[in-house]
Amino acid sequence: MDKEIYMDSSATTYIDPEVFEVMKPYFNYEFGNAGSMHSKGLKAAHALNLSRDKISKILNCNFDEIIFTGSGTESINLAIKGFVFKNRKKGNHIITTKIEHHAVLDTCEYLEKQGFDVTYVEVEKNGIVDPEKIKNAIREDTILISVMYVNNEIGTIQLIKEISKITKEKNIIFHTDACQAGNSETLNIEELGVDMLSLNGSKIYGPKGVGILYKKSTIRLEPLIHGGGQEFGLRSGTENIPAIIGFTKALEIAQRDRNKNNNYLLDLRDYLIENLLKIDDTILNGDIDKRIPNNINITFLNIEGEAILLKLDNEGICASSGSACTSKSLDPSHVILALGRPYEAAHGSIRFSLTKNTTKEGIDHLINVMPKIVEELRGISPVTLKMEDIENV
Amino acid sequence: MYDVQSKDGSEWFYTEKVKDHFFNPQNLIKTQEEAIKYSEEADGVGIEGSPACGDMMKMWIKVENNKIKECKWQTFGCASAIASTSMFSVIITENGGMDIEKALEIKPQDISSRLDGLPTRKFHCSVLADKALRAAINDYYEKTGQINKIKKDKIKIIDKILKITDQDIEEAVLDGVRDFEGLQKRTKIGIQDKSCIQEAKQLLRFYVEKYFAEEK
Repeated sequence: MDKEIYMDSSATTYIDPEVFEVMKPYFNYEFGNAGSMHSKGLKAAHALNLSRDKISKILNCNFDEIIFTGSGTESINLAIKGFVFKNRKKGNHIITTKIEHHAVLDTCEYLEKQGFDVTYVEVEKNGIVDPEKIKNAIREDTILISVMYVNNEIGTIQLIKEISKITKEKNIIFHTDACQAGNSETLNIEELGVDMLSLNGSKIYGPKGVGILYKKSTIRLEPLIHGGGQEFGLRSGTENIPAIIGFTKALEIAQRDRNKNNNYLLDLRDYLIENLLKIDDTILNGDIDKRIPNNINITFLNIEGEAILLKLDNEGICASSGSACTSKSLDPSHVILALGRPYEAAHGSIRFSLTKNTTKEGIDHLINVMPKIVEELRGISPVTLKMEDIENV
Repeated sequence: MYDVQSKDGSEWFYTEKVKDHFFNPQNLIKTQEEAIKYSEEADGVGIEGSPACGDMMKMWIKVENNKIKECKWQTFGCASAIASTSMFSVIITENGGMDIEKALEIKPQDISSRLDGLPTRKFHCSVLADKALRAAINDYYEKTGQINKIKKDKIKIIDKILKITDQDIEEAVLDGVRDFEGLQKRTKIGIQDKSCIQEAKQLLRFYVEKYFAEEK
């Protein structure tokens, strides 16, 4: 197999050729510093302003509500830490969920060490957080709620609009990590009702090393990076113009082509799910409908995920796993465990995240090789659990 | 092709030999039917680990004149576990089979060096093989009435207040703990039961030397 079939777009995407094209001049010809008082600098400043303007139109917010950062993780850190450090007098309690990305979870754990109280709300078996449970977790001293828009492992879409109704009513600031939502979901702030939203370039066919934080103008944040006062004093450091240009173009394309890509991928996704579930003792992780159109996450019982990944790689297929062996901590996926699945099921979970260019041919290749890989690895496994054993846990 | 980089930036990868033993494992039981057949034929069977921990090993041995003639195995494990068990089974059965006593002395670093090295983070994956062999040999001793030869890893409680055992210390070492500070941070050992600190330090040194001493 010479052809590479990349099904790991939730890890990162390639840069769309259209995006790459518009970035190019800003590496060498238009290299100016947006803070400089000469024509080179002004051109950079103009490009920066134009980008901010375009993004604010896509998100349906104000120009000065967009802050450029260095990654989705940085945006999330600025939103959460920046907010609670600035608003500590108002309260000490944060609410989030058990299935957040580590950018949120580790930030919250850090804040617990700083004396904040954090509630990690449970998720339902289908991978959706019940807004009622968020509501019930609210206390007198709750100042911030952070719930991801789309889960990065199982692709489930959270009920952001319902949660924002609650946070508005209770007058609590609501941040959402939308890093996995940009390709398929609406990012209209007005519609979503969120107060802060984080995005990054590397998941939307844009460049790595750039992200944005949308922040409602009335919210005050403590900056995490001090210096030249760029980005309204919230994120110092010379602006990365080529990356910002690339991010903007990528976001424009992603939101413009959203419906077209969704329709295309939905068919492929459901076709793949249907065929992989034909293999015995497999479980789909996450709700079958309330998930983004390019995510498939399946547990193959009795096999360890890393072994599957290497066999798939040998067939030219790139995917990822919730296995402990593929993580730094040697702990299996916290998301699969949060669904109430036992450890055994987390170790054998595989995520396929299709790109907008994944073909039926590529999917068919996967469908062809997967049963053999599973059979081989099950043959050599001393574990012979059945679906019933898992469901009764 | 399989070179991988860990999240903390330290590069690690699988050697050609590891890949070879992963894609063509030796002495591996390939179907559940074969496993049943071997369970009837083997002189000893042992199981170690659990799928919940992400690692489990089953091993079958045939013994002749105190030598290990055959060693078959199954695993629920990652590429490192598959490759290192494959190599382990080769080492103890090559040249007419190894004496039981000698086979029990094989250390993870012996396996690792025959594979031209394993990534440090993956080192613990090779430990299960020798534990499964120990269990299989004990089973053989039991079946052949050599009860006096059975050696079991006894669990000993070291920290009497927090009930931390020698196995907890062993696990910590396999997960990368190298000094007492690290051990205490991970297990809270000796914080309340200060009388155990000396013994804990000795055990820590023992396991670090057992698993991570330079190969001779």
